[in-house]
Amino acid sequence: MIPQAIFAICLFGLMTGIFLVTKKWKYYLTLVLVLAGVFLTSCWSFDLFSSLDQIQEIKIYPFGADSGLIFTIDRLSAFFIFVINLTVVTGILYAYGYLKPYLNSKSDIQLSIHYFSYLFLHYSMLMVVMLRDGLAFLIAWEIMAVSSFVLVIFDAEDKATLKTGIRYLVQMHIGMFFLLIAFLIAGRETGITGFDSLPAYFSTHPNFGLFLLFFIGFGIKAGFLFLHTWLPDAHPAAPSHVSGVMSGVMIKMGIYGILRVVFQLQNDFLSIGLTILIVSILSGILGVMMAIMQHDIKRLLAYHSIENIGIIGIGTGLGVIGLAVHNPFLIITGFGGGLLHVLNHSLFKSLLFFSAGAVYQATHTRNVEQMGGLLKKMPWSALFFLIGSLAICGLPPFNGFISEYLIYIGMFKSLPASSMYQAIILISTIVALSLIGGLAIFCFTKAFGIVFLGEARTQKAAEAKEAAFSTILPQFIPVLFIISIGLLSAWFARPVFSIVQQATFLPEAADLAAPVLKNLTGINLAGGIFIGLVVLLLLYRRQHLKNRPVACQPTWGCGYTAVTPRHQYTATSYVYNYNHLAKPLLHTRKIMAEIREDEIFPDKRTFVSHSEDIIKEYLTDKPANWGLSVLKRIAAMQTGKIQHYILYAFLFMLLVLILTYLKLL
Amino acid sequence: MNSAGIIAVFLAALIIPGIILRTKSIASGRKGPGMFQPYKDISVLLKKGSVFSTTSGSIFQIAPAINLATVLCAALFIPFGKYGALISFEGDFIFFSYLIALGRFFSIIAALDTGSSFEGMGANREAFFSMLLEPAFFILMASFAMATGFTSFTDIFSNFYLSENNFMLIFGLLGIFVFLQTAMVETCRLPVDDPKTHLELTMIHEVMILDNSGFDKALIHLGTYIKLALYGLLIFNLTIPPAWTFPVQLASFVVIQVLLALAVGLIESFRARNKMNKNPKYILTISGVAWIAFIVILLLGERFIN
Repeated sequence: MIPQAIFAICLFGLMTGIFLVTKKWKYYLTLVLVLAGVFLTSCWSFDLFSSLDQIQEIKIYPFGADSGLIFTIDRLSAFFIFVINLTVVTGILYAYGYLKPYLNSKSDIQLSIHYFSYLFLHYSMLMVVMLRDGLAFLIAWEIMAVSSFVLVIFDAEDKATLKTGIRYLVQMHIGMFFLLIAFLIAGRETGITGFDSLPAYFSTHPNFGLFLLFFIGFGIKAGFLFLHTWLPDAHPAAPSHVSGVMSGVMIKMGIYGILRVVFQLQNDFLSIGLTILIVSILSGILGVMMAIMQHDIKRLLAYHSIENIGIIGIGTGLGVIGLAVHNPFLIITGFGGGLLHVLNHSLFKSLLFFSAGAVYQATHTRNVEQMGGLLKKMPWSALFFLIGSLAICGLPPFNGFISEYLIYIGMFKSLPASSMYQAIILISTIVALSLIGGLAIFCFTKAFGIVFLGEARTQKAAEAKEAAFSTILPQFIPVLFIISIGLLSAWFARPVFSIVQQATFLPEAADLAAPVLKNLTGINLAGGIFIGLVVLLLLYRRQHLKNRPVACQPTWGCGYTAVTPRHQYTATSYVYNYNHLAKPLLHTRKIMAEIREDEIFPDKRTFVSHSEDIIKEYLTDKPANWGLSVLKRIAAMQTGKIQHYILYAFLFMLLVLILTYLKLL
Repeated sequence: MNSAGIIAVFLAALIIPGIILRTKSIASGRKGPGMFQPYKDISVLLKKGSVFSTTSGSIFQIAPAINLATVLCAALFIPFGKYGALISFEGDFIFFSYLIALGRFFSIIAALDTGSSFEGMGANREAFFSMLLEPAFFILMASFAMATGFTSFTDIFSNFYLSENNFMLIFGLLGIFVFLQTAMVETCRLPVDDPKTHLELTMIHEVMILDNSGFDKALIHLGTYIKLALYGLLIFNLTIPPAWTFPVQLASFVVIQVLLALAVGLIESFRARNKMNKNPKYILTISGVAWIAFIVILLLGERFIN
């Protein structure tokens, strides 16, 4: 293992090199180092899928010491390594074009820190999924939080961005605190700190309490509802390649942690499974419900991350319930669907963030109400956004459908043999999942329609130009995977099932997975037929229109001819009737002055409507403001006069004296 | 024989729109157009050229074809009594439902592509109402899966009346009601939408296709007819015990499709469209009925005990 240690040290040497080379070369050096990390970890995890029950251990002991870092890679780690590497590489390739406008405006050191943090984020995420020791894991976890914080505040000249970044950092540390306590509790009882202590702890203690600590700690990173309040701010604030990586893979580290803990559980399966399931269903439904109300395109995507984490959580929760009721089929499809959705979400969400980033750079706004008609100006970005939208809505023949199908089929097949309570749980989950699908379609028809279709609503949108070729090209990587998972599903589902098999020690997993893989072939066949039909119809249509007169005229205006782009349906009007139904949940507010009766010629009016995230308001904003106001009141003691401070000291001594006298101290 | 389903879908698509039209004419005391007028209209549209809006782009051009392709592809999953569908796998109804949703996604964004506020309104209504409808189909299929123990259209329908429990009839009736109502909403018919309304502000589906003409419009109409036939066939499958012989099944197929068309025609003749803001409640009621079906199956399975 010595060459690997040397290799690792060389890597660290090269990383500092980012600070030394010129602006242009910083990018290439980062790219090389990212690829080196990809190469190394891919080599380590490559042969894990060839033979059963194999675990790769890489020991890095510096200079002959007898202890050091131990990387443990099983199939679960290998899967996450694949997801991380894929998105990080796409992200850095995309960053080449995306960061070009910043080359002049940002200083040498700012760019260095940015690239350096990107690299650190990549490496720390890789280490998070490979380290089993508690302390080492938490250090890697901490590096991940800090480096992503630095990446978020790339535009720190903007005070709001900095504030968002600090909010993010604080919340990450609250999560870290929960993890630390959880590891310490398990460590105190078993003598080892880290994931390896969990089986011993879980077999002798009730599982629910410790799991809850882990769930909160990891859930803050993952962005489950009630723990998500950092997420909708941090994603829009970060530059798009960072948002793509953060939303695509970094929040999945929380999922990784939860899965790692879940696979060690020994009892309390039902209560834990139900907890995950209920929180996930709420995340899924409320995540997308809040997403619909957003007019900032990146914030909309951020809320969809909460929704998709919910879908992943639904799969995981069903898997745990499967463990509880000894239903191997539900275990396989629940965990399998959840895991596949991790990969799927990393693909379409990074793609959506990348194309949204291109739109942002072209229009200099993130407000969808100021866009419109971008399809003709930015055809590639529109195509990518459309593919991402279809995939995220779980529509066939794209990848999102495959993972949702796995979760669905696990539930439907478990229904006939289930008891009443199980049946009610399953049917509620089915309803939730179908509602999430419907709401997602509502949201993305709005997002795509308002941003890319119709006429440009502002001058900015009218002058938009397609992003540079170097920004478009890397986006083909996720597109390629999205389509191939949708059409060659069995190739991707088989390794996912084998991960579940290894993690849950299910001997019959392969037999159970076989019919599902057969179904996936059916889906792929149907998807192929569908694409064939579309192509045939379109070709016939082209042939048909060739021999017929085709004219271009203005859109039918119902007799009104002076139509302007402002007459188009807006995002606000699109969600109007939905808002009517969802108002109690979403706290939509309208700020406007009514026209008084004596106003014959009304003045100029403004109308503002916006929806609040109630959970954010009541869970973080209000308590934080309350804390601030309490502290401000206490600050009245800080008068700056030395006499007062001496008085405080005197009062304190007096208190001690009295308490001692009363034998209270 | 596996292609019986898809052939039946086309047959039903051929006769249902005409019968609805005839029923409405006779009920309103008009002489009315002939039985095949809808298809004559389509052939006229096919002969015509096209006018495209200067605002619309490529989405508007490809959407009708994609929409029709989803419906045609969905027809592959529909069985005919005991004769299975062309493509059948476990959970094929999930694919079916999402495929229909894909078609809807494209028709919605095609409407938004024109930049017309009328069409935006229609698009929004379509997205909103179909979102509310989404759970009904899934609850119903889940109840079927629970009752029969199977998870594909073909297996569910061929085993539906094999169970010894006579209460399956109640269950079948609830299923027919939900499918019928789903079909009404999906194919934009009364009482949620009125295909013959003449004011843009009160339309849902019709207002979305204001700008379509010629070939594209023909595809859209064809898609709607076939979609109605898909649900017609689902209803047929719910009513037919698989023990019946093929000629009997064929006869009952014709009878049921005619009855369905008559029912739709009569509903459209004698009741008005819902007020637009009453529609959400109406659609959620369909899900409510599907819930009843689910509770019936819980009762039938005597699962309240354990």
